[in-house]
Amino acid sequence: MRTKQVYLDYAATTPIDPRVLKAMLPYLKEKFGNSISLYRLGQESKKALEKTRLIAAQAIKAISKEEIIFTSSATESNNFALKGIAFANQKRGKHIIISSIEHDCILKSALWLEKQGFKITQIKPDKYGLIDPKEIEKAIKKNTILVSIIHGNNEIGTIQPIEKIGDICQKKGVYFHTDAVQTFGKIPINVQKMKVNLLTASSHKIYGPKGAALLYIKKGTKIDPLLHGGAHEFGLRSSTVNIPAIIGFGKAIEICQKQMKTETKKLIQLRDQLIKGILKKIPQSHLNGHPKKRLPNNANFWFSFIEGESIITSLDEHGIAASTGSACSSESLKPSHVLLSCGLRPEYAHGSLRLTLGRWTTQKDINYVLNVLPKVIKNLREISPFKL
Amino acid sequence: MYNKKVLQHFKNPHNFGKIPNADGEGQVGNIVCGDVMNLYLKIGKNKKEEEIIKEIKFETFGCVAAIATSSIITDIAKGKTIAEAIKLNKDNIIDTLEELPPVKIHCSVLAIDALQEAIYEYLKKNKKTIPQELEKHHQRIQNEKKMIEKKYAGWIE
Repeated sequence: MRTKQVYLDYAATTPIDPRVLKAMLPYLKEKFGNSISLYRLGQESKKALEKTRLIAAQAIKAISKEEIIFTSSATESNNFALKGIAFANQKRGKHIIISSIEHDCILKSALWLEKQGFKITQIKPDKYGLIDPKEIEKAIKKNTILVSIIHGNNEIGTIQPIEKIGDICQKKGVYFHTDAVQTFGKIPINVQKMKVNLLTASSHKIYGPKGAALLYIKKGTKIDPLLHGGAHEFGLRSSTVNIPAIIGFGKAIEICQKQMKTETKKLIQLRDQLIKGILKKIPQSHLNGHPKKRLPNNANFWFSFIEGESIITSLDEHGIAASTGSACSSESLKPSHVLLSCGLRPEYAHGSLRLTLGRWTTQKDINYVLNVLPKVIKNLREISPFKL
Repeated sequence: MYNKKVLQHFKNPHNFGKIPNADGEGQVGNIVCGDVMNLYLKIGKNKKEEEIIKEIKFETFGCVAAIATSSIITDIAKGKTIAEAIKLNKDNIIDTLEELPPVKIHCSVLAIDALQEAIYEYLKKNKKTIPQELEKHHQRIQNEKKMIEKKYAGWIE
């Protein structure tokens, strides 16, 4: 039995912080009340929910806590942002701008809206995955109602110039949404500076439980709900509120806010060691994404002559958990749309590897990967018909 | 997603590498996901003086299933007469590996194609009769190969 376990897929999901679990437990046990019930048990849940709403609002510098709507997932928040804005504002226009490197839940929501008669423009990034705000400015038309650009890319880690894009959208009077799932909790978020009308953040990427996320909706933004019913969340998201998960989310936010400076510093230091080490030790290895403007915990590479699913499976044999943008790892057998959008050829995208660090990544883990990965790549290249 | 047998072959692939001066060589690529496989044969004779696959090796660019099916086809084909080897199909591979995820079945086709192509080349080079089935198979593979070579232009020496 191997004992070594190195988890380097924190961008996929994170383990729950023990402090978060502890905060949740009472709400799974004795404090089980429905937050809209009028008796004490229900009101206790309501109070805890509103306290969490305030924590979330303060973390992103929202003006009031009523601008925070809790949802079940980032996928829901992103669907809500796109479809909710589209349907509520279609009399004003039917044009929506997104980037070509959005998460699937934005991309597929947009494609679905296209089928409903909306017009979608996809802005392509440069080879580092960076979106040029000028391209967005050029794409905004009279009938544009929404711009949605991912803050930190989940695959290649590139961080977009959100404030500049926000300036443009504000000037042009267009709603602006950003998917901040990967940046929230890792770098400071200020919705006022970013000039966003909507922002998505998720719990399970920041050591909170799965099943909780939020959509920030700036006061005065015209949006339709996705879920109709008992008028929870100010009538914008009906559904019995998942109190334990949201309490956990709130605790996770508090911890991130408190530790952000030291935690981010540590992550950047380990990430840079990892990137430098891999590029040095492995011939024909290349970094995907921006060399500087990237998430503190993201490293993404491509290796020529080999395929990503083989790399992942070999690493798994050594106890290392990672991910790839290779076609062979997807049900659709298409390589990552993000890598292709950055101009990477499909055969190169096949050989991609994403390593994402987190709260419990240690120096030892990085050393271990730097020891194992070159061997894994070498072995696979020996089997490959293409040689160095 | 993979069973033990597939993973064993992936971790410790049998017969990988190149045979210098091979009697037959099959190069195939699968257009669906971009896997590429080379298969090399040495032909010998058994006691009945029938031609058999004496030695077989592979080189593969691809996923876990592509590498595992490459390894297994070399095991299955080794020692078989040419007549027997021509009759092998993807089910022989899948049965031996016990199962493959449905999305990976095409990888087993790749391994069969490589074997058929290597046999085809051997027969052609030595001016031997080529069964009609094998000829048809060859035509289809060649068409697919043209597409792959376009895609991997920068890599193939």
